[in-house]
Amino acid sequence: MNDAYDSSKELRALVCAAMHSGEPLQISGGGSKSFYGRATSGTCLAAHSHRGIVSYDACELVLTARAGTPLKQVEAVLAERNQMLAFEPPHLGQSATLGGAIATGLSGPRRPYAGAARDFVLGVKLINGQGEILSFGGQVMKNVAGYDVARLMVGALGTLGVLLEISLKVLPRPATELTLVQHRTPDEAIEVMNIWARRSLPLSGCCYDGDRLYVRLCGAGSAVRAAHDKIGGEVLANAHEFWQALREQRHAFFDGPLPLWRIAVPPAQPPLDLSGKWLIDWGGAQRWLKSDADAATIRRAAADCGGHATLFRGGDRGGEIFHPLAPELFRLHRRIKNAMDPKHIFNPGRMYSNL
Amino acid sequence: MSTPIIDVRPHKRRELIAVLRRVLPAAALLSEQEDLRPYECDGLSAYRELPMLVALPETVEQVRAALAACREHGVPVVARGAGTGLSGGALPDPNGLLLSLAKFNRILEIDENNRTARVQPGVRNLAISQAVAPLGLYYAPDPSSQIACSIGGNVAENAGGIHCLKYGLTVHNIQSLQFVTMDGSLITVGGAALDAPGYDLLAFMTGSEGLLGVIVEITVKLLPRPERAQVVLAAFDDVENAGNAVAAIIAAGIVPAGLEMMDNLAIRAAEQFVHAGYPVDAAAILLCELDGVNEEVSEQILQVREILKQCGATESHTARDERERTLFWAGRKAAFPAVGRLAPDYYCMDGTIPRKHLAQVLRRIGEMSADAGLAVANVFHAGDGNLHPLILYDASKPGDLGRVEQLGGRILELCVTVGGTITGEHGVGVEKINQMCMQFPASALAQFHALKHAFDPDELLNPGKAVPTLQRCAEHGAMHVHGGNLPFPDLERF
Repeated sequence: MNDAYDSSKELRALVCAAMHSGEPLQISGGGSKSFYGRATSGTCLAAHSHRGIVSYDACELVLTARAGTPLKQVEAVLAERNQMLAFEPPHLGQSATLGGAIATGLSGPRRPYAGAARDFVLGVKLINGQGEILSFGGQVMKNVAGYDVARLMVGALGTLGVLLEISLKVLPRPATELTLVQHRTPDEAIEVMNIWARRSLPLSGCCYDGDRLYVRLCGAGSAVRAAHDKIGGEVLANAHEFWQALREQRHAFFDGPLPLWRIAVPPAQPPLDLSGKWLIDWGGAQRWLKSDADAATIRRAAADCGGHATLFRGGDRGGEIFHPLAPELFRLHRRIKNAMDPKHIFNPGRMYSNL
Repeated sequence: MSTPIIDVRPHKRRELIAVLRRVLPAAALLSEQEDLRPYECDGLSAYRELPMLVALPETVEQVRAALAACREHGVPVVARGAGTGLSGGALPDPNGLLLSLAKFNRILEIDENNRTARVQPGVRNLAISQAVAPLGLYYAPDPSSQIACSIGGNVAENAGGIHCLKYGLTVHNIQSLQFVTMDGSLITVGGAALDAPGYDLLAFMTGSEGLLGVIVEITVKLLPRPERAQVVLAAFDDVENAGNAVAAIIAAGIVPAGLEMMDNLAIRAAEQFVHAGYPVDAAAILLCELDGVNEEVSEQILQVREILKQCGATESHTARDERERTLFWAGRKAAFPAVGRLAPDYYCMDGTIPRKHLAQVLRRIGEMSADAGLAVANVFHAGDGNLHPLILYDASKPGDLGRVEQLGGRILELCVTVGGTITGEHGVGVEKINQMCMQFPASALAQFHALKHAFDPDELLNPGKAVPTLQRCAEHGAMHVHGGNLPFPDLERF
């Protein structure tokens, strides 16, 4: 990699300066997900210069890269060896970095069948709130030495430390993929997605747009053909474009000015009674809602079935974005924040206003 | 350390009994020495200690009250599931309470549509899969002790098994936890959806070895039983070829459900014990299991057999039927007890290494074994690089255990040197606490302690396990030296 560069010393110096001044830092990678979470202020800590693939051995199924490495570079390098990031991280912009993908912890359409971002993180190197460079986890598949700080960093939105390096488990790309389309009512769609998930089928995506149910199959050609026979439906041409548009929120559903909510529920939960437009992904477990219904109503509906709601885009970015935590759980979050970042210099308020 | 002239334990025990009687039924407290004896050790029986008291609570409210009372009186608490752990994680504290979760043994709810089961921590691992088998579902992690080990212990240790490469560890297969912290708070992490808001404390609790909270409820994920599973057994006259075959299978884009290797000593022991049909002259055997859709399994079996041939397998057999498949696995699953018949005692290690270093690591283990005069049999979760060297010894011979611990320590240090870790799935417990000093520098250990204090500020939960104090590392000597800087510069050395 010609543009590989180790800027950990510079980043550490900036963290140490912030630690002494008490001035908060806003950690930024490529800026593609800067909209995500609560709006905050502070000095920008630009981590995108710390980039480059540190090691990649396809036979070990492990890749280690600096956090500022462009996500598309990581995926291109894996594709050369016919491998992939199986959690299909949404880039949400050309400039997306690996660090941003891990700090936001977002996962794409394959998530219910292959696992989430946190499932593939094996280890991280980070700068903690005391300016120390520390490594947790490692480059091996199984490692239970010490607390799992590496996974704690996934989805923490940079509030616990500055990611420097990430080691990930990677997987082979499936030999064949095929997408089938069926016309279904919302109740039917949710029911059938969950019936399929209880059977031995090579599923890798299940999405419903309010009319059409899209099911992606993957694996050996013979297995995909056999599954096609079992579940039926019309073959979708340009299927790759469809799943990319879903993953990158370029699908027409995501257009328009209304706030975008992400509602995570048990997958078999029947349709929720909330006004707005729906797109159901993750076999029923992740539901996108475009709605201007009030936050409390949406959150109550999600919580009533055991789920939670995130104001993903739009709406009041200064208010609470993520579902409120139970008081004792929030107190524990505060203590964990203090343990990693005692001076509260990393992205304060990005996740919750008082964290 | 000075020895107290008066034994204060009887007095402290009486005091604690009086405190716990207020919150627990009398039958839930054990204090007579003969009642405490069964709790003196877990699966790592080389370490034994009698607890001051044993409590067997039956409700979450009792656990909360017991922990709050212990905190108020500064009494250490060690939680215990089925006691099958191999790193001494449930070793009692002589001045503390041993909290057994044995009575939390109910499956509370099975949600077929959402493919989850809500269970109490004392439920046995295999009992979950048995309960949901009529629905065509199962719980994937399958540690070899699955008949006996409890799911709460599995979460505390982040247990693995032979199907990890494809199906993951415990952390990948649970969705929610309820735990009680030392102050008696009941906390829920995760939820009914696939993710939850806030920090990923579900992952952080998993593998925390009982140092952060006492788990009282777990929601596990259930998977559909694969349509078909098939296993290939291949023999090699050279360990390096077997290692290359593992790499070649993965490079071909195949993710086997299980990929296990055994060396000659382990093969012979297992064959003698269960007559699985293993080739006893082979330097190594590989067991490669493929599962999933019928057609895919057929296709991959052919591919795998071709790869094995190219990598120099001297023979390979596909199990003809389910009976033979079970038999092939029976040998592997019985490897530990089989090796146990070769010597009065054996000591099971648990390092993980990048697979490419396998041949080199096995060669070094062979040399170290010869130097120490202690035989070592190797059983290996080859797919995910998790190595279990079994050191044979005789505990009745004075000094033998000491030599075993020394050899074991050197093997773990070798794992770290090649870029691996001291424990893949058994946990640190008391057993590998000194090797933690080598794997982590003082700054990382200090970070662990700070995180521990976020949950348990008085350090009362499972003290002395999993994360060593900096003082201990300084005394142990085998310290992490990074960039030529000696760690713990502020500590005195003697």
